[in-house]
Amino acid sequence: MTNTIAARIADFLSDYPPFSLLEKKQLYSIAAEVRVNYYEQGKAIFLKGEKVHEYFYIVHKGAVDLQKVNEKEEPETIDKCDEGDVFGLRPLFAKENYQINAITDEESIIYAIPLKEFKPLAISNSQVGNFLMESFASNTRNPYSTEHRGKLFTEDEEISFKQEALFDLQPIPMVKKMVTVSPETSIQEAATLMSEKRVGSVIVVEDDKPVGILTDLDFREFIGTGKLSIDCAVNKIMNSPVICYSKGITIAQAQLTMMKHDINHICITKDGTPNTKVKGIVSEHDLMVSQGNNPSVLMKAIKRARSTKKLKKIRSKILFLLQGYLKNNIPLTHISKIMFELNDATIKRTIKRCVDKMEGPPPVNFAWMSLGSQGRKEQLLHTDQDNALVFADVPEEKLEETRAYYLKLATKVTKRLNIIGYEFCPAEMMARNPKYCLSLSEWKDQFSRWVTTSGSEEILLCQIFFDFDISYGDVKLTNSISDHVFEILKGNRHFLNSLAAQALRNPSPLGFFRQFLVEQDGEKKDLFDIKKRGIMPLTDAGRLLILEYRVKNISNTAERFEKLAQLEPKNKELYLACAYSSKALIKFRTKQGLKNKDSGRFINLEDLGKEDKVKLKRCFKTIKEIQELIKLRFEVTYYI
Amino acid sequence: MIFNWFKKKHNLEDFPGFWQEYENSFEEKLPEDTGDIRFVVFDTETTGFDFEKDRILSIGAVVVRNKSIEVKDNFEVYLDQEKFNPETVKIHGIIQNEKFDKLSEMEALQKFLQYIENSVLVAHHARFDVKMVNKALSRHGLPKLKNKVLDTSVLYKKTRISTNLIDRDRVYSLDEIAEAYNIDMTDRHTASGDAYITAIVFIKVLSRLGSEKISSLRKLYRF
Repeated sequence: MTNTIAARIADFLSDYPPFSLLEKKQLYSIAAEVRVNYYEQGKAIFLKGEKVHEYFYIVHKGAVDLQKVNEKEEPETIDKCDEGDVFGLRPLFAKENYQINAITDEESIIYAIPLKEFKPLAISNSQVGNFLMESFASNTRNPYSTEHRGKLFTEDEEISFKQEALFDLQPIPMVKKMVTVSPETSIQEAATLMSEKRVGSVIVVEDDKPVGILTDLDFREFIGTGKLSIDCAVNKIMNSPVICYSKGITIAQAQLTMMKHDINHICITKDGTPNTKVKGIVSEHDLMVSQGNNPSVLMKAIKRARSTKKLKKIRSKILFLLQGYLKNNIPLTHISKIMFELNDATIKRTIKRCVDKMEGPPPVNFAWMSLGSQGRKEQLLHTDQDNALVFADVPEEKLEETRAYYLKLATKVTKRLNIIGYEFCPAEMMARNPKYCLSLSEWKDQFSRWVTTSGSEEILLCQIFFDFDISYGDVKLTNSISDHVFEILKGNRHFLNSLAAQALRNPSPLGFFRQFLVEQDGEKKDLFDIKKRGIMPLTDAGRLLILEYRVKNISNTAERFEKLAQLEPKNKELYLACAYSSKALIKFRTKQGLKNKDSGRFINLEDLGKEDKVKLKRCFKTIKEIQELIKLRFEVTYYI
Repeated sequence: MIFNWFKKKHNLEDFPGFWQEYENSFEEKLPEDTGDIRFVVFDTETTGFDFEKDRILSIGAVVVRNKSIEVKDNFEVYLDQEKFNPETVKIHGIIQNEKFDKLSEMEALQKFLQYIENSVLVAHHARFDVKMVNKALSRHGLPKLKNKVLDTSVLYKKTRISTNLIDRDRVYSLDEIAEAYNIDMTDRHTASGDAYITAIVFIKVLSRLGSEKISSLRKLYRF
């Protein structure tokens, strides 16, 4: 009997060792014995101490965390397996129980290879046997690619995949063997020395004290342009004074200093002033390389990623970074900004790649809008993708043709974003939907319609679109939409009132006895919906109040409240409390999400400590107060 | 004899042995726990969409039990054709007289019944496949399939949140769902390949519907 499925599994296996080492016939017979297993995210394939299975495993789709469990019963990831990686090899070699946990990191399809059928092959084919032995021993899965092992990006630099000491305020990697010259050295001499030593900078010293610094850049500025001749002394072009620090400076400080002064090098002196001896030099480059999971490194990696798979991998590092930030209690405003930038870069990169893949260049200018939480710069974990596309007006007869081009582009982009980890929007609120892929004037008409009809559905749509942010393309298009929206909102009290009614649709999350209101039924029964009951009421309130003031270009909820505090000093305290609560709730959700590997939206109250509960309740009190304010300010009674 | 037609219960002994075995397998009740239920996910490739004129070209099926698929335990048959519709070759690529071991319709049905026994059948747009099989059975004087049936296109719809923004009556094709779930679509339009894709969709849908709803699987049965 033919077995199409076995053939297809054999096809997959043949790409990866040890199966790639088998003969076709052997491979096929193994493939026919495979068992295809499906696991949801966070499910254990096996746990430490469990009796070994009659199978070993290879990841077909998804990813698996291999975890070591320490004495304190805290699992620690020692390896991550993705497509084509084999794991669970212990039963091939030993009869004892599993020593590690294998937990799915995302929804996964795993092929289970029966040992009974495979073992004879491993014994008869020494290459296969060796591969497995080595994999098992070294806990790395592919000894044939040792050069890739334990590294993040392998294109240019060696960047180590450091687990601990992520944001540790560890001291900077200082280069002690820096190159120094005296102020009278000629430019040519200095340049020759730099080439010889292959460095990008030299420190100009007098009595071992730094008086200036010379970098590659200066040669371009002064020599390349012909402003000065190469015979001049270096003191003519050196940067002076030099920014100096003492040895104790941390990476974070060094980065901030470089950003602030817009420089790439910091000089390390004995007491941190230019008046003592030079000890070494720190360059931005060294800083980056020293930290595999540093945002700027990730940013660079995103910008040069050439495949969706790569972007997906980078995303998982981003989550790692996020975890570290939260652990180290870095302020949420800062985290949000970095996460937004990284998300934004990922989206930009994806769109750019898709535009290049299209058959022709875009027929007219267009802009890709991110809506919802990404638009508000509040997206920390992966959530649904909400997006829309606007293109410049074209003549009537060209309209559908142009739309077809952008729909095709949007389909490509959304598909790839989904692979990277942004789930499709269940309501199809995405640019690939013809309803959200419109020309500029179609969008304007759309908004006019929404604002004037103001049924509750339209309000819902409006809310999402008031929080948009441009991800890619022509900013003039999106600005023109914003202007239009503010224009039609002028004096439209009715619309604001219905928005206000919407903002109040989720009442304060605390019940009469100050207990938490949990979900009454459905899959999430007894869980607390932090998005619906906590984050959304604040988001809605912030949006409404800022629209009333017609403030443009602030879409982040906390920032909106901070702006409101400025505009309305008498309610300053309440607004600042709202800003604080908004940040606190998002942080809370993110922590929960990272812990449970989901969106963090639903919280099991039993998991919360007393302190967390008190913190949450304090946020909710603020929600109640801001809702009271809205009730008074807008005539909502008609609408509730 | 002519009134046998109206008899509610047919006489089991009148049917061939394999049908008797098939019917007898239903004596055994389905397990309570969804994890223990044997699901047979299947797909038929046919010469067309006309239940009277068109015929089954091939049947592919896999067994899903407790969220896994045993590859060895698959089912794949190709049927001998007296009828041939060149139009459909474009879709499934099965050409008449191609080199496959082919069975007569009767043999194929016999094998299929032996394979499925009392399992719960699963197919995408199940109504079509089940009806095709039933028509073939009736051509040989056999009654209709007795199995419980689930339809992945219906199950998938249940995983979508209900909002006015989604067109509730929308019909989802296997391609769309596979894309949404990021499933490879090689071997699409072979009965086995489609059965495999449907099986993966089925497992994913079941897990998305959540364990709570699985226990009330009964509500989801189509026929």
